[in-house]
Amino acid sequence: MSSLSRDDVAKLAGLARIEMTEDELVELSSQFGMILDAVARVQEVNLDGVKPTSHPQPMLNITRPDVVEPSLSPEDALSGAPAQEDSRFRVPQILGEAE
Amino acid sequence: MINKTAAEMAQALTKGETSSVALTQAHLDRINSVDSKVKAFLHVDKDGALAQAADVDAKRAKGEKLSPLAGIPLALKDILAQKGVPTTAGSKILQGWRPPYDSTVVAKLKAAGVVIVGKTNMDEFAMGSSTENSGYGPTFNPWDLTRTPGGSSGGSAAAVSSFQTPLAIGSDTGGSIRQPAALTGIVGVRPTYGAVSRYGLIAYSSSLDQAGPFGRTVLDTALLHEVIAGHDAHDATSINAAVPAVVAAAKSGDVKGLKIGVIKQLQGEGYQKGVQTRFDESLKLLASLGAEIVEVDCPNFEYALAAYYLIAPSEASSNLARFDAMRYGLRVGDKDGASAEAVMNITRDAGFGREVKRRIILGTYALSSGYYDAYYGSAQKIRTLIIEDYAKAFAKADVLVSPTAPTTAYKIGEKVDDPMAMYLGDVATIPVNLAGICGMSLPAGLAEEDGLPVGFQIMAPAMQDQRLYQVGAALEAELISKWGAPILSKAPSIGGAT
Repeated sequence: MSSLSRDDVAKLAGLARIEMTEDELVELSSQFGMILDAVARVQEVNLDGVKPTSHPQPMLNITRPDVVEPSLSPEDALSGAPAQEDSRFRVPQILGEAE
Repeated sequence: MINKTAAEMAQALTKGETSSVALTQAHLDRINSVDSKVKAFLHVDKDGALAQAADVDAKRAKGEKLSPLAGIPLALKDILAQKGVPTTAGSKILQGWRPPYDSTVVAKLKAAGVVIVGKTNMDEFAMGSSTENSGYGPTFNPWDLTRTPGGSSGGSAAAVSSFQTPLAIGSDTGGSIRQPAALTGIVGVRPTYGAVSRYGLIAYSSSLDQAGPFGRTVLDTALLHEVIAGHDAHDATSINAAVPAVVAAAKSGDVKGLKIGVIKQLQGEGYQKGVQTRFDESLKLLASLGAEIVEVDCPNFEYALAAYYLIAPSEASSNLARFDAMRYGLRVGDKDGASAEAVMNITRDAGFGREVKRRIILGTYALSSGYYDAYYGSAQKIRTLIIEDYAKAFAKADVLVSPTAPTTAYKIGEKVDDPMAMYLGDVATIPVNLAGICGMSLPAGLAEEDGLPVGFQIMAPAMQDQRLYQVGAALEAELISKWGAPILSKAPSIGGAT
């Protein structure tokens, strides 16, 4: 039986940038053992020499002619922004305390 | 008028017996009278739909050449971007977002004059099999309002089966078109991967996602398939080849001499008795029409579910990183000098529902160093084995068949706290997605024990989508002549006139 502790789930949630509540962490860690056991069935098969498939269509280097095409205007691109300033996305601070 | 097929409605428009505005208004009235019970729609674009309809009527009056589905109303799964119309993918994190562009599917529908009446409910980001994971509450099955319509495209399937629209678009990552089609008694097709552009389809699992059509008949579904399929330079995985002749195949419906393979692993144990009975009956009908039935062995299908629930969450954990509270959608906690990272963390907790978080965490785990080879890596190799199983099976048969889902529609709330029980409902549909091939579900009758619809699944090799319609049309004609009327005529009334 696989398991994942509350702290393991908290670490993964941190990596995934989700601040989970204590209840969510406990619930998820209680469900995880069962889910991991189910998906671990992929390890029951002898996979020596089997090539992995990342994608169902064998395609390589899809390109198009290097021609400029119309794209979104700055107004359209910013139309869904939670906050904007001077035709740019306005975001919370990213470099620690402001001077 | 609303209980006619799309093909019949199109004919009435061509003959001038009705107008697209009148047809659209009749469907808006139907939505008004029944959707408070079914809850198929998240947003009804009444004004936009009537304007599109008036535009088609004006073109028709001028004698312009129109596409076969011009003027016919359609319901659009809320996973597809439509310019200026609220698009949420069933998630609170996108509440209020209005896309600044049209997805390719929407652009093609508009170009064909199809009237988009609204956006339909779905499991959040298409993660689920019952539409209960929507951030906006569940959709109810028109056959029994205490049951789910399946999912994740449950809103689209419920809209078509309750005559709110004759056609709808869904998306299918692990069965999300075929399973709700089965559970609501309609036809749904997941086209070959790459046949319909994913540009503007909000990504869940990019190597598995594919948009496709719903209709009440095989021919209606084919007509819609032909509108949305085709190469698109905006999607690098789009197949650059002619669209298979699906409409012609739906009109021919001849299966004489065709080899139909029954997949040993996708029947019997675990399948509800009434589901198996209807499946077996349909097979006999196909045999009576001159098809040759053979059994095929796909031993690695046993591991498809496990592989899917590693691959899809892994891709989702990457795809959903874009919901970062910076460029669009929800932003929570942006105050008192909070950092961008803190805002991101709080927003993603507030905006994502339980199942989405569960899959992001599972995907993060499966892709983390130390576990990558054992989980994601192994799943990718299982994917190869499933593709090989299909290749061997298709060497013996032109199409493969199975029940679409192991059970009929279950009760709202029955499986919502047991993720593994919910995942098991996808066991017969997932292999198609892993291999990138195409599949159809069509109604095979009602299960004796509960009177609910059963789906018959047909699978064909990549870019052989026309075979689905050929076999589907043949079986549909036999079944309807046996029943004396289409299956939906047996559905209980949910009020309002049809």
